[in-house]
Amino acid sequence: MKDMDDQIPRTLPIQSATFSNPINAEIRRAAATGIYDIRGGGAKRKVPHFDDLLFLGASVSRYPLEGYRERCDTSVTLGTRFAKKPIELDIPITIAGMSFGALSGPAKEALGRGASAAGTSTTTGDGGMTPEERGHSTKLVYQYLPSRYGMNPNDLRKADAIEIVVGQGAKPGGGGMLLGQKISDRVAEMRTLPKGIDQRSACRHPDWTGPDDLEIKILELREITDWQVPIYVKVGATRPYYDTALAVKAGADVVVMDGMQGGTAATQDVFIEHVGLPTLSCIRPAVQALQDLGVHREVQLVISGGIRTGADVAKALALGADAVAIGTAALVALGDNDPKWESEYQKLGTTTGAYDDWHEGQDPAGITTQDPNLAARLDPVDAGRRLRNYLKVMTLEAQTIARACGHNHLHNLEPEDLCALTMEAAAMARVPLAGTSWYPGKEGF
Amino acid sequence: MQTYDLEADGLRGLNSSLQAQNAETNQTRWEIVNPKGSHAIAVGLDAPIEVTVKGSTGYYCAGMNQQATIKVEGSVGPGVAENMMSGQVIVDGDASQYAGATGHGGLLVIKGNASSRCGISMKGIDIVVHGNIGHMSAFMAQDGNLVVCGDAGDALGDSLYEARLFVRGSVKSLGADCIEKEMRSEHLEVLKDLLERAGSDAKPEEFKRYGSARQLYNFDIDNSAAY
Repeated sequence: MKDMDDQIPRTLPIQSATFSNPINAEIRRAAATGIYDIRGGGAKRKVPHFDDLLFLGASVSRYPLEGYRERCDTSVTLGTRFAKKPIELDIPITIAGMSFGALSGPAKEALGRGASAAGTSTTTGDGGMTPEERGHSTKLVYQYLPSRYGMNPNDLRKADAIEIVVGQGAKPGGGGMLLGQKISDRVAEMRTLPKGIDQRSACRHPDWTGPDDLEIKILELREITDWQVPIYVKVGATRPYYDTALAVKAGADVVVMDGMQGGTAATQDVFIEHVGLPTLSCIRPAVQALQDLGVHREVQLVISGGIRTGADVAKALALGADAVAIGTAALVALGDNDPKWESEYQKLGTTTGAYDDWHEGQDPAGITTQDPNLAARLDPVDAGRRLRNYLKVMTLEAQTIARACGHNHLHNLEPEDLCALTMEAAAMARVPLAGTSWYPGKEGF
Repeated sequence: MQTYDLEADGLRGLNSSLQAQNAETNQTRWEIVNPKGSHAIAVGLDAPIEVTVKGSTGYYCAGMNQQATIKVEGSVGPGVAENMMSGQVIVDGDASQYAGATGHGGLLVIKGNASSRCGISMKGIDIVVHGNIGHMSAFMAQDGNLVVCGDAGDALGDSLYEARLFVRGSVKSLGADCIEKEMRSEHLEVLKDLLERAGSDAKPEEFKRYGSARQLYNFDIDNSAAY
């Protein structure tokens, strides 16, 4: 009888797609600790992205430019609408806002060095402007955040541009978070808060609400800075058409649109993965708003969130952006998640490429930490050089694509240069599905 | 005395003239006429000058002030003296929302009432309100002193950090993590000085002190109902 039972085919164990091992592990972790998962970075889930687009290149109807021979310009000027001194950049790739506090001092210095060497701007973050950062950044954008930590008129006037942060892609509608482990004496002093406490920055600005107030706030900032520098408005991608239109109405020189793949120093995983729009989906609506208002190219659009390669840059620009901003990619260029620290990542219960507990301040690479011993691992000169190299490579890649499409400036890339590999990407980017002349939402199919 | 007609000569000319003053200026007294509720009057000043606004203002009057003494002979709109670093701002009338928001230093005096969110996220400024203040005042206030000679509205000092709150009248309710605290001699000294400088005849002994219970400084799931 037993022998017969052994011969009956058995049902194999089937893992639930709904209750997967990672999901069950998270349920157990929540049950054990009573706190949601907090991490750094942006959305890790797969969403439609620039990889789902392809360039068409030259053909009979379009002729290419000669690589290495014919010029393809990369410069961009931001803030041409109202500012007396717009920002002129050599390349359309900027460094996104990341705070001293979230990042170590050497890491901020490296960002400034790398950006300056590549002819572009870097950006402060929550917590104010440090002298090191200002000193090593040829062009520095000063973020004006709800917390106003470290905000003062003297630093405001030292900035080359002001970025009013309404939200960010990783957590649209959420405030900042810097947990006690990273609140060193210097960070605490800059933020006027006790050392060691969890700093949960406000999600709304303390002295304005809505677009009508924002218009008056922008007026005040312009009056304080003598209308010299551009004023950006940064939003997390949620309602890109209306947010862009309202930012323009309020008087912004530049709109920064940050998709859900854009990183954060720390917030709830549930926020990162479940709130906001993919970067790919927010570009065309934002551009449409600018075009409807007759200010496309007069008010510049900066796109961020998951930009990794020159191809991503070229695709964002082809869809109508004037420039992009990178954050996570810049940290990787500095040395974040480098395999050389694998043994230390494993001690922290993670592995190279997956390390995202940036809020805990134990970063083996010395970037997302305030521990002086860890921070000393990052040489700001070497790291700055790596960032410069990376920015140069991205620019060369974007130029390569633009020349192949027959353009002598990156800004001449256009949606007609693109097709989509998936229905979703076609719908979001409003470019034809590969091999067709149709995209979802377009009449006539 | 320099007199500036805001209606005739415009905001840009006013602020650029005031911002051009420095410690050595001999144009130390300014009078602004016809403000007519304009926004961003006398913002970003950084000199020991005295500016008198002859009427009521709109948003952000005296924003980010440093060193200057700015008097408003009227009422002020939202965000008066926002992010002030030093100097004094004195309002004869009432103040709208966010008075003294995020201020780092200096003294703001409201001789009438202040609306909601007075002293929100204050970081070292001293604020004295002769009348009452509205709801959610001193929300996430980090440092400095808020003195209220009248009553305070709902949720005073919600999510308070290290700012000190002094209220003479009633408090409709306290916000999360804000509690009444012992008034010690050093607090009475601070209060006495601020009341004198603000031109109030209230007695320090008539006030109660409120501050942070410091229970929400680090996240604890057992406190989640307070958030």
